[in-house]
Amino acid sequence: MKLKNIVLLSALALGATSAVNAAEEKIRFDGFPDFDSSLKVFLPDFEKKTGIKVDYLMNNHGDHHTKLTTNLATGSGAGDVIVVDVEKIGPFVASGGLVNLSEKYGADKFAESFAPYAWAQGKGADGGVYAIPVDLGPGVMYYRTDIFEKEGVKVDASIKDWDAYIELGKKLKKDGVFLIASAADVAQAIIFTTVPEGEGLYFDKDGNSVVTSDRFVKAFTVAKTIRDNGLDARITAWSNEWYEGFKQGTFATQLSGAWLLGHLKNWIAPDTAGKWAVSNLPDGIYGSWGGSFLSIPKQSKNQDQAWKLIEYMTVNPETQLSAFATIAAFPSNITTYDDALFEQPIEFLGGQKARLLFAEVAKNIKPVQPGKGDHVARSIILENALMQVLDEGKDIKEALAEAERLIKRRTRNM
Amino acid sequence: MNTTVKATPKSTQEDNKPGFNWNILSPYGFLLPFLVIFSVFGIFPLLFSVFLSFHQWNPVEGLSAMKFVGTENYYIALTDPWLWRALRNTFWLALSSGIAQHLVAIPVAYILVSQSDRLRHWLTSAYFLPYITSTVAASLIFFNMYSPNSGIINQSLIALADSSYLGWAFEWTNQYQPIRWLDTAAMLKPSIAFVVFWKYTGFNIVLYTTGLMTIPKEILEAARMDGANFFHRFWHISLPMIRPFIFFAVTMTIIGNLQLFEEPFVLTKGSGGTGQAGLTISMYLYKVGWEWLEMGTASAISWLLFALIAFFTTIQFVFFGKKGLEGH
Repeated sequence: MKLKNIVLLSALALGATSAVNAAEEKIRFDGFPDFDSSLKVFLPDFEKKTGIKVDYLMNNHGDHHTKLTTNLATGSGAGDVIVVDVEKIGPFVASGGLVNLSEKYGADKFAESFAPYAWAQGKGADGGVYAIPVDLGPGVMYYRTDIFEKEGVKVDASIKDWDAYIELGKKLKKDGVFLIASAADVAQAIIFTTVPEGEGLYFDKDGNSVVTSDRFVKAFTVAKTIRDNGLDARITAWSNEWYEGFKQGTFATQLSGAWLLGHLKNWIAPDTAGKWAVSNLPDGIYGSWGGSFLSIPKQSKNQDQAWKLIEYMTVNPETQLSAFATIAAFPSNITTYDDALFEQPIEFLGGQKARLLFAEVAKNIKPVQPGKGDHVARSIILENALMQVLDEGKDIKEALAEAERLIKRRTRNM
Repeated sequence: MNTTVKATPKSTQEDNKPGFNWNILSPYGFLLPFLVIFSVFGIFPLLFSVFLSFHQWNPVEGLSAMKFVGTENYYIALTDPWLWRALRNTFWLALSSGIAQHLVAIPVAYILVSQSDRLRHWLTSAYFLPYITSTVAASLIFFNMYSPNSGIINQSLIALADSSYLGWAFEWTNQYQPIRWLDTAAMLKPSIAFVVFWKYTGFNIVLYTTGLMTIPKEILEAARMDGANFFHRFWHISLPMIRPFIFFAVTMTIIGNLQLFEEPFVLTKGSGGTGQAGLTISMYLYKVGWEWLEMGTASAISWLLFALIAFFTTIQFVFFGKKGLEGH
């Protein structure tokens, strides 16, 4: 075959493929499981109401964010509506690749309907809203009522402050039960929930690192006390030992988000139904464990339709409640909290009306402004400095000082 | 004869026709699919990463956020304490798992070739199996086996220590139970190295078996006649004769082990482990690029890694290449 023919043939082939066009209104939703389970439930209704057809693309949590990073970098390939996890919300909001929802759609008018702390996380440095919270993870303490009864301890007294919590651990240890799976969870709880006014998680207003402040020293000290007394089981979350621990009652308490309830009930430890209950976090703190946001990338060609879907999924109380019922995604929309669903006793928790507690926590969490370098600081503090202190016995002040040096280097350009 | 003479001027006349001759380009047309794919997925990324390594770039901010910073990325990378820690870890893992692989593979291959064909085929396939297993799947299984309380390794050690026959040999392990294979800096590296060793030894056994099969039987028989025993024949005949194979296998190990990623990534759940004891250089550059969103620095590190691999492969060629490739 001559080149001329090859060229002609390939031109023909190209023409054939590009003939496909998008006549109807169609958008794509990019997220991670279990979003698909809840989309399946309410999308037919959305399509009927608006005439917009929604496709969805699910990748697992890590891959989804890697894909989004590439999409934003190259300015193509992202869905019209994207899910962003709270862990990544800082850099994504600051990226400049997302649509300013306040400017374009007047999103600010919905501020009152959402949990204040989550609403603040979706805001950029310019005050504009770039991401709308779709679900929350109000932080609570799960505890084994049977173990507490056997020990004759009251939950309220044990969570009065961290000293009381540690005393509880010492008591449990005598009977061979651990206080918690990992002391690291306690440090994380303190770091995330006791942020002083005007400070971010790891940086102050001007972007200076605050990781050597009292908050971090205290978090590390409490965690280290728990570890040094042998009160934690030293089990990493999401490992077989962790699941086994919930089943066997290896540890009596666990600090986590409201969503853990769904996991416990459905697959981790269904046989322990009735033996669990939830309470506030120790030391009177309110904090969140996870949560996700919805955004529209600037590259989207169907921004108006995308906004309609976001509005439908977040502002509309029925969709929020539907997701709560199907995948236990705790509503970010606080106007739903007086729904009858919240009054329902939860069998797994021995009939406790736990959703009322979740709602109370969600309303009380103080807003913390996300920083551009949060994802870097998080991995240096929680994955490294904390582990060095707990596992290797490194001096707390020294570990934090070294972490601060690393954070400064890593965020020099932000 | 006549016809050929007539035909020649005719064809030249055709070639001299005015206009472009498409025939010259035909072979390139056939090469086009490869050339296009190779330039898009091979050459372009390579050049782009050179370009990137001199820029500061947060990928989520789009292509326009790229800023030229000269050699700053290289400077930052080279003065970073984690880079040096990652380098040390990589070397530790590369050496311990690499040396063990070859020390085991050569003798095993030597024993294999002295077995019957049937048995040899069975055993080579069995040893090769880990190599074709998915690294992530195998690492996940090891992750569970290393589990401190419910993992099969610690459970076996406890059972052995408590047994009446072997108790005397394993009793001492009880004082360290539960052994935290993946949660303590001291145990993490050996634990990772073992998974690497488990996975790649089979590949080397196959290489060496093939190598040993190429040795002419007559030489070995002659040696036997002269009174050389099993060990002598191995040391003085087989080993020197499989040098080219050793050379190839060691080169592959150097390249592979310096790029170690999946095993430590899965075993430490992507964090690099306590005190970054399991952070390899490839993991580090992934972290810098995809988790910390510093593509420029990540590119610089990847070129440093390339330089390192090139350096050690060159050393291997200079010192062992001539001997290793003797007569080939």
